[in-house]
Order: sequence, then structure tokens, then C-alpha cells
Amino acid sequence: MQQKIPFYLLVILLICLGLGSAVYRHINLEIPWLPGETREVWSVEARVEFTALGEPVIAQMAIPETQQGFTLLEQSTASPGFGLSYLTEENIPAVRWSTQDAAGKQVLYYRAQFLLDAQQQRPWPDAPQVLAAPILSETTALVAERLIEQARLQSADQITMAAQLLNILQSDDQQVQLLLQDRSVEEAAMLLMQLAAIPARQVTALRLKNSRRNQDSRAYLMVYDTVHDVETEDQRVAFFNLATGKEGRPQRLLIWELGDRPLIDLEGGRNTRISFSMQRDVAPVQQALEQKYADVSAMQISLHSLPLEEQKLFRGLLLIPVGVMMVMLMRVLVGLRTSGTFMPVLIALALMQTALGAGLAGFVLLVVSGLVVRSYLSRLNLLLVARISAVIIIVILLTATFSVLAYNLRIVEGLNIIFFPMIIIAWTIERMSLLWEEEGGGEVMKQGGGSLLVALLAYVVMSNQYVQHLTFNFPGLQLVLLALVLLLGSYTGYRLIELFRFNALHGRNRNAAK
Amino acid sequence: MSWFISPRKLREQGVLGMNQRNIEYISGYNDRRLFPLVDDKLKTKQLAMSAGLTVPPLVGVVEYQHQVNSIGELLKSQDAFCIKPSKGSGGKGILVIHDHDDQSYFKPNNQALTLADIKRHTSNILAGLFSLGGQPDKAIIEYLIHFDESFANYSYEGVPDIRIIVFKGFPVMAMMRLSTAASDGKANLHQGAVGVGIDIVSGKASYAIQHDRPVAKHPDTGMLLSDICIEGWPGLLNMAARCYEMSGLGYLGVDIVLDARQGPMLLELNARPGLAIQIANNQGLLKRFDAISALEDVHMPPEQRVDFVQRSFSA
Repeated sequence: MQQKIPFYLLVILLICLGLGSAVYRHINLEIPWLPGETREVWSVEARVEFTALGEPVIAQMAIPETQQGFTLLEQSTASPGFGLSYLTEENIPAVRWSTQDAAGKQVLYYRAQFLLDAQQQRPWPDAPQVLAAPILSETTALVAERLIEQARLQSADQITMAAQLLNILQSDDQQVQLLLQDRSVEEAAMLLMQLAAIPARQVTALRLKNSRRNQDSRAYLMVYDTVHDVETEDQRVAFFNLATGKEGRPQRLLIWELGDRPLIDLEGGRNTRISFSMQRDVAPVQQALEQKYADVSAMQISLHSLPLEEQKLFRGLLLIPVGVMMVMLMRVLVGLRTSGTFMPVLIALALMQTALGAGLAGFVLLVVSGLVVRSYLSRLNLLLVARISAVIIIVILLTATFSVLAYNLRIVEGLNIIFFPMIIIAWTIERMSLLWEEEGGGEVMKQGGGSLLVALLAYVVMSNQYVQHLTFNFPGLQLVLLALVLLLGSYTGYRLIELFRFNALHGRNRNAAK
Repeated sequence: MSWFISPRKLREQGVLGMNQRNIEYISGYNDRRLFPLVDDKLKTKQLAMSAGLTVPPLVGVVEYQHQVNSIGELLKSQDAFCIKPSKGSGGKGILVIHDHDDQSYFKPNNQALTLADIKRHTSNILAGLFSLGGQPDKAIIEYLIHFDESFANYSYEGVPDIRIIVFKGFPVMAMMRLSTAASDGKANLHQGAVGVGIDIVSGKASYAIQHDRPVAKHPDTGMLLSDICIEGWPGLLNMAARCYEMSGLGYLGVDIVLDARQGPMLLELNARPGLAIQIANNQGLLKRFDAISALEDVHMPPEQRVDFVQRSFSA
């Protein structure tokens, strides 16, 4: 009994490790427990149009980054004839197009894909320095002073104060009109922020709406609350729509540029116009995550970082333990006999490639015709290796024949027969035919039926989308399976079939009494 | 009678299940490296002879193909013999010849074979046609057992044999296997042979089954099975008990045949004995195993172990 304790500790350790890694992946990599969840992926395209003057052209456009609520998946440009460089190491990321000589109308495209991502919590850049206000005329300075004073009385901190100021700017107040006489609302807002010493950025943002073309960007004011900065590490930020003065960041507001700068700097051209179009795609979580973690840190290494082909391979491989588990359950707990221990798993794998009905029919057809041929071979008294080799060749020939026949009879499912593992089928035929000679047809039916039944069960479990989702996305669960297999391997209780087999022992006490 | 028995009742009866047999008894008491001793009949035979146990006398061994040609010389001295593969299982590849005149060799059903037939059969054995996994094998030619006339009517074609389960050297349970027409003359229970539970104390039949269900008479000959009584029973128990020292296997199935002239002979040993013997005896193995495991001193000579069994396991 003593050596049992380390064993159970091992089993518990394996289960904890497996479940732990699954929970870790769920929380940190936001992989859902269940399949079928979707995410929004937005494609945003900026179209830059200008007239080139026939001299060297440099166009530098600010580009968006991963930010709270959005993860940048990929970006691309279309700009024939222009040299291209991404300036992502700069403070404000940008894309720069350049060419030696261009004349006439030019169109440049920049496209980015964003994952709408509630988990993305990248912090905003630090609050900017409050710049000294420009020198103003006396009346303007006085008006501004008064407005700020009025707002200060009605506010608690920098953000509420900004809200008040922007609110006032929207009013028809005479003082406000004075302020707006020779400047735009945006400029007036920034001026007031500077005078009130509130750190703020004027940012360019896009409201994402599905299938929109020719959208213009919107001007937002991003206000920092630096007073709280000391106690709490994170800074509070508020967004104000400068057109309406309303506070708040709608869910699908993509901040395109944070640098207090115009969206585009153009040398060698004029009549610049930028318009945006956007398109929403609903992608399965799987696909969205694959893109999100396409370039991952070591901590987040996962199967999603493999090329698609290999991923597909692993998707299948990781299902095998589930099938093996089913075989164990059937053999150890139920006591079904199968021909070839894990042959049912391989059949189940093959069935997953084919349609179920067609696959089963094909399999039975192959095995039965293989048995017929094999019964002739057994009369030749061949050596084992020669016999198996002959059976393999015959199985392959039969497969080819059936495929061609099925195709010509317009039974497309018939082609699926090629997914069956030929060598395994050859061994199955060999074993069954030996069994037939030694134990008779009944035993062949019993074991063949048992194999098919287990294969069907394994197929049902392995083709279940929940099982597929869990095994592929949480490879740690394999450790749990391993623990269960270890436990099952030390099970010494009765098999279900033995309850029937030993049924005759029922009457022992009664007989003894006679 | 219901269709199944509850696990609790099975446990009460002390029935050994397949999982428990594999884990606790076969892997627990049988050292893997000892398996070749019992899987190869020639090795078992040599081992038994050096231990002084009676075995069917060896006429000869054919190990290489070139020896096949001189097999006629070898067979001259024997009226009746059988040729079997050394590593065969389940009675495969056993050829029985009960009479010959050096030209025609007669099988028990009086079908005549030529010497060439015998040679081909021997070649097949050497090539591994009948051995596990098709590995090359040796052919054993041995004395044909003349089975005891008293059992002539209890068996259809084949030779009845007696299986004794030996645990840690103690013979704990026994049964006699009688071939039937359904089992095609083979003594395999799952093919339909009759299993007769033998009382370990007296050597008398206590119960009988076919296809896991009780029977009273032999299905082909109609003989009453409860009349079976094995003479010289303690001798068989002693022989079985001594196989423990000989093989080193703690959980062992010993197969013995009764020869009319030379008495009990050790046929073969089995390191993975089946569980049907429990049904044939209408009794579980576990209680007897536990009684032996409970013994403080199991290092007794074989006779003492048989004594213990006959005292403890009266029906």
C-alpha cells in the first residue's frame, strides 16, 4: 500500500498541472471554454488623395496602434510607384511614402485590421506637458479667465472641469462667441485647457460603422487627470467629442492619432484629402486569437503559433488520447474485446476524414473482401511476413478498385476510402482471419463488432466540437487524460461483462444448501 | 435467475476478475523474465524432467530444416506419437499419429498421411506457421498419451486434461476439461469444451459447466459428469505443487494428463491461466488466495503445502 501514495500524489499533481494550465490559458490568453464564440475584426482603410506638383513627394501619415479596446492584427499599404517605410519606432507611429517624381492625381491606401478586444488594456501614452499659452489680446484673456473661473467653481477635478469648459464652449454665450471669433472650436478648447493647466491632447478618431465608405475622421479631446497620478498608478483619461462637447468614448471609437498633429504631412503636393472606409468581419475566436498571438512572447507559446498545416496535424494528434481513453474505458471497465488494441482509434480517425456512413460501409467492404482473398492465401502456407505483404498489396488494389468503381458510379463518398490506414487494415484482416481459423466465425464477429462499436464511440467523442476545442486549445488537459489513464490502469474491479459471465455463480449458496 | 450478478455479490463470492488477475496476480507474482520458460514447451519439458516430474517422453526435437529429411528414421521406433510446435498456443499445429507402417501414417480418424505430409507439417512448424507472432520455432515429437480408459466416454476425440491453479506453490483449485463435438475435439472452454470442477480435497467432480452455464451430462456421450473421480489425486496435487519451485511463478496454471500406463504426466504450464475455472467450480478463487496469503510461513515443502490445502479447502 505504501507505494500507492506516491502514485496518487503523481495523479493529483498531473490533474492539478493540467487544470492549472488550462485555467491559465483561459484567463491570460482569454481562450473561451466553449467553441463558437466570435469576435469582431475591423478592416479600416485610409485613402489619401492629392495632386502632385511634379516634384519629389514625401507624404507622412500618422497610423493607429494597438490601444485600449483594439488590437492591431496587421497593416498593409497599396501605393504603386511610391517607396514605403513604417516609422513605428517614433513617438507617433506613421507611414511614409516617397517618390522622386510624381504629377497629377495620386491615391495612396493604408489598411489596418483591428480586433475589437475588450481584454486589450494597453495604457495610453503619458500625459503631455502643459504648454505655455500663447499671448492673447486683453479681452480674450479676460474672457478666458472668466470662463475658467466659472468652470472651476462647478467642478471637482481636471476631468470634470474640462467637461464644464467644453460644455460652455457649446453654448451661445456672448463671451464664448467672442472667444470663437478668430479660432475654431478645437483651437478654443485647447487654448482653454492650456490656460487652465489641464494636460490634454487633441486626437483624431474614427467611429467604426460597418460597411461605410468616405467617412471623415472626428476630432476628440483627450483629457488626463494627473492629480490622482501619485496615489494610483494608472492615470484617468476622458474623451470629449469636440463637435458636440459630449464626454465619453463609444465602444467602437478607434483613436487614429494621438499627437496633436495633422493626420498627414505632405511635401510636393496639394489638395490633400483623407477619407476612411471600414468593414466588419465576424471571425471565430480561434482565428482572431491566432492573429493576435501570431508573434508571441515565450510565456504565451501555443499551438496557434505553428503554421496552419501543422496546426491541423496537431488538431488530429491531440484527439488521439481521447480516443485511446475511450478504448481503455471499453476494455477495462466494460470488457469489450477488440481486434488489435488501438485499431478502433485509427478507424475512428479515418471515419473523421470520411462521412460516417460511407466510411463504415467502405471499411466493412474492405475488410470482408480482404478476408475472402486472405482465406485463399492461407491455403498457400506462406510465411507471416509474406502473407501480410500480400494482404497489404491486395488491400491497396481493392482500395483503388473501389474508388474507381465508386467514382464511375457517381458515388463521391466512395473516394473517401483512401483515408483508411492501409497497413492497419491489412493487419486487421490478418488477425481476423487467424481468429477465424482458430476460434471460428463467431469470435470474429464478436471481436470485429467490438472493434467497430468502440471505433464508433471513439468517433462520436472525437468528432464532438467541444472535445476538439478543449483538446486543441488546452493541451494541458492531456495531463488530466494521462492521470485518468494511470488511474484506470490500476483498476482491479470487475468488468461489466464479468457481471454477466459469472452470473452462474448466483445460485451457489442455494445449491450448497441443497 | 437474473441476467447479471451485482459486483457486491461477486465480491462476496470472492470471484477474481480479469483486471485484478492481470494487475495483482500476473504482474504481482509472475516475474516477466520467467515467462519464456512456460511459453516454450520444450524448455518446460526439460525443466520438468530435471525436477524429476513425469512428462510425456520426448521422442525427438527437430530444430533445423535439414533434420526434417531424416525424420523418418526418428519415427521408426515409435508406434504412436504426436508432433507439436514448441511455442504453439491453443492446440494449434498438433499432429497426432496413432499408428504407422513407415509408409502410411494414420491419424486418429484413420486418415492416412504419407511421410511427405509429415515432413511438410514439420517444415511449417519450423517456419513459425503455428507459433505466436510467426517466430521461427522447433518441432517436438513426443510419445502419444494413451488416455485412461475410465475417461474414454467422457471425451469426444480429444484427450481430457486437468488444470490446477497453483498459488505460491499451493494447488488451490482444479478442473477437468473435456472436449466436445462443439469444441471440435479441443479442450478450450470458450470453444465449448466442458469444464468439470474437481474438489481439491477428494479429486471428485463437484460441478460442471459448458459455455459458462451448468451442465449435468456430457453433451455428446451423455455420461453423468458427477461420477468423475480421479484416482491418485494427491499425486496430481503434489506434481502441481512442485511446479512452483520448478518455474518460480507464483500464479500458475498447471496442465496434467493421465496416461493409462505411466500415470499423471505434466503437459504444460501457463503463466496466464484463465478465470473460467471459477465457474466450473462454482466458487471464487480469492478466498483461497487470501487464506494462503494470510499464512505466516509459506516456505513449506510441496507435500506440506498439499496437506495444508487438503485440510483447509474442504468443500
